[in-house]
Amino acid sequence: MNAIFLALFGLTVMFLGFFFYSRFIADKIYQLDPDFETPAHTMQDGVDYVPTNKFVLWGHHFTSVAGAAPIVGPAIAVIWGWLPALLWVAFGTVFFAGVHDMGAVWASVRNKAKSMGALSGDVVGKRARSLFMIVIFLVLLMVNAVFGVVIANLLINNPGSVVPVWGAIVVAMVIGQAIYRFKWNLPLVSLVGVVVLYMLIWTGPQVPIALPETTFGLSASATWILLLFAYAAVASLLPVWVLLQPRDYINGLQLFVGLGLLYIAVFVAGPTVVAPMINPDVPAGTPSLFPLLFVTIACGAISGFHGIVASGTTSKQLNREPDARLVGYGGALGEGTLALAAIIAASAGFATYGEWKEVYSSFGGGGLKAFVDGGGAILHAGTGISPEVSATMLTVMAALFAGTTMDTGLRLQRYIFQEWGEIYNLGWMKKAAPATFLSVGSCLALAFGAGGASGSGGLLIWPLFGTTNQLMAGLTLLVIAVMLVRRKTNAIFVIAPMAFILVIGLLALAIQIYTFFSQSKWFLCGLAIVVLVAGVLVTLECAAVLRKEKQAAAATG
Amino acid sequence: MSKLGNIKDWVLRANTALNTYYNAPYRAAIARARRDEDDLFMLLVFSEMMGIPNPASWYTLELQPLLLERFHDWHVRMGMEKSPFDHISCC
Repeated sequence: MNAIFLALFGLTVMFLGFFFYSRFIADKIYQLDPDFETPAHTMQDGVDYVPTNKFVLWGHHFTSVAGAAPIVGPAIAVIWGWLPALLWVAFGTVFFAGVHDMGAVWASVRNKAKSMGALSGDVVGKRARSLFMIVIFLVLLMVNAVFGVVIANLLINNPGSVVPVWGAIVVAMVIGQAIYRFKWNLPLVSLVGVVVLYMLIWTGPQVPIALPETTFGLSASATWILLLFAYAAVASLLPVWVLLQPRDYINGLQLFVGLGLLYIAVFVAGPTVVAPMINPDVPAGTPSLFPLLFVTIACGAISGFHGIVASGTTSKQLNREPDARLVGYGGALGEGTLALAAIIAASAGFATYGEWKEVYSSFGGGGLKAFVDGGGAILHAGTGISPEVSATMLTVMAALFAGTTMDTGLRLQRYIFQEWGEIYNLGWMKKAAPATFLSVGSCLALAFGAGGASGSGGLLIWPLFGTTNQLMAGLTLLVIAVMLVRRKTNAIFVIAPMAFILVIGLLALAIQIYTFFSQSKWFLCGLAIVVLVAGVLVTLECAAVLRKEKQAAAATG
Repeated sequence: MSKLGNIKDWVLRANTALNTYYNAPYRAAIARARRDEDDLFMLLVFSEMMGIPNPASWYTLELQPLLLERFHDWHVRMGMEKSPFDHISCC
């Protein structure tokens, strides 16, 4: 089986979905109205509410949501074989993520561009809003912890990437000064910046940096995690033009370069898929495909995090309501193509089935390492770039991705603590520095509590992160469903996905609690129980609210 | 249009597109920071009315009519329906 067929299948399904299914949902279900005056116009203030060109908005939305999750999830999920992962990514993007992302933008735009949290309070009720706040806090906690561990693992597995990854930050800061302070020409500065970055990637393998076994009693993994959180804390407090803006810019540039090169390499080299279609021989201790597949791959199939971004900034800049189709559904498609590339890299990038089996010798074994090594091999075969440089390029791409998500997540978490300081009248918590300290502290606690410091069990928390992420998506879908029912529109296309992910999520949580319990991982077990309680409450709320709305609609019908 | 003109036109548009791509993600954050600074300046101009002695009040007096609209936007943004000061009747 040639990887080109996987690519063609995935891309075809997703684009057919865009051309037919998204048009159906946009026209018949959400009924996007070109004459509706969006908040970008009615509340225009030149700052947050500014009508923006739909292609620019799509790019912005896509790069905001794209992180390391659509790479890590699929790369882990290939342990069950490439077919289940491929089907879930392709059809999940079309029927779940696209509907959810487009719906989140639409729901927010129809309600003065409020954020999903505020919206759940307005549309559904106070209980939904409280649940939403709890779930979003848990998601942010996990996202930051997991990505800290992910990047630390990347740096340890590929010491040649240490120089380019940290060097990219220096390059970004220099670009920031050049553009904002010295006002140099952007294309020129970009060119120099990209060249310097790729030179660092080229020479990185020749100057590998590996931390010593223990530093002040901490393992190499623990030291990297601490350094990364220290960096993220500083990055979230600096003015955006100094580091975040240029760093996101380079990130975007090399996302397009890296993704483009990877797909070109796949079509040129036509690598053979060595991974099994459905793995007949899963390693001992691997949970069963159902339901864990559906929470291992969240981003790339359905992710609640996108709803936060969609209702946070995207909805405030939507020029016309029909643009939600390109921006929302199209953004989900972008994630899907990233996930597809990860599946191909992790299943076709190895020389033999034996080699693949060795990497996927335990659950969580593949992950980013498989993406980097496998993708590196494909890049080498298709473009001739040496395997070390290819692997370094993909490592830098993944690390920068995860880094961006990490400090966005940290910044959002700081806002939550500051909001709590406001609500509960704790003056000290309202300030940026203590709130940042609390955010970093709680995420570090989770990272170390989940075994990230030992370097071995860090990704145990991944399915838990996927589940919580999808709980949030479930709540968003509830808001959308309620709005549809109130307008007497057929909401089945939203309610069915919502029911599916809630049921799967609860099942997956039950299994994970049992697994953590039997492995005596009390911290994780406790956390999973908290998420389960939240999940049960979310499900009950969804059922109760929908039943009430249906009755109300029938009464006035 | 001449070939050179076409190329120049394309380069100019590419330049604009790249600049948009650089600025778009953080345009709102930077605009917000700028608005906060402008708000601070506006409040300094009206500081005499709030009872805060202003050594430059003679000069800030001149600016008051220019900043009246800004003051109205500010108090609406802060959640106050009417102007909080008696001497400033913007609405």
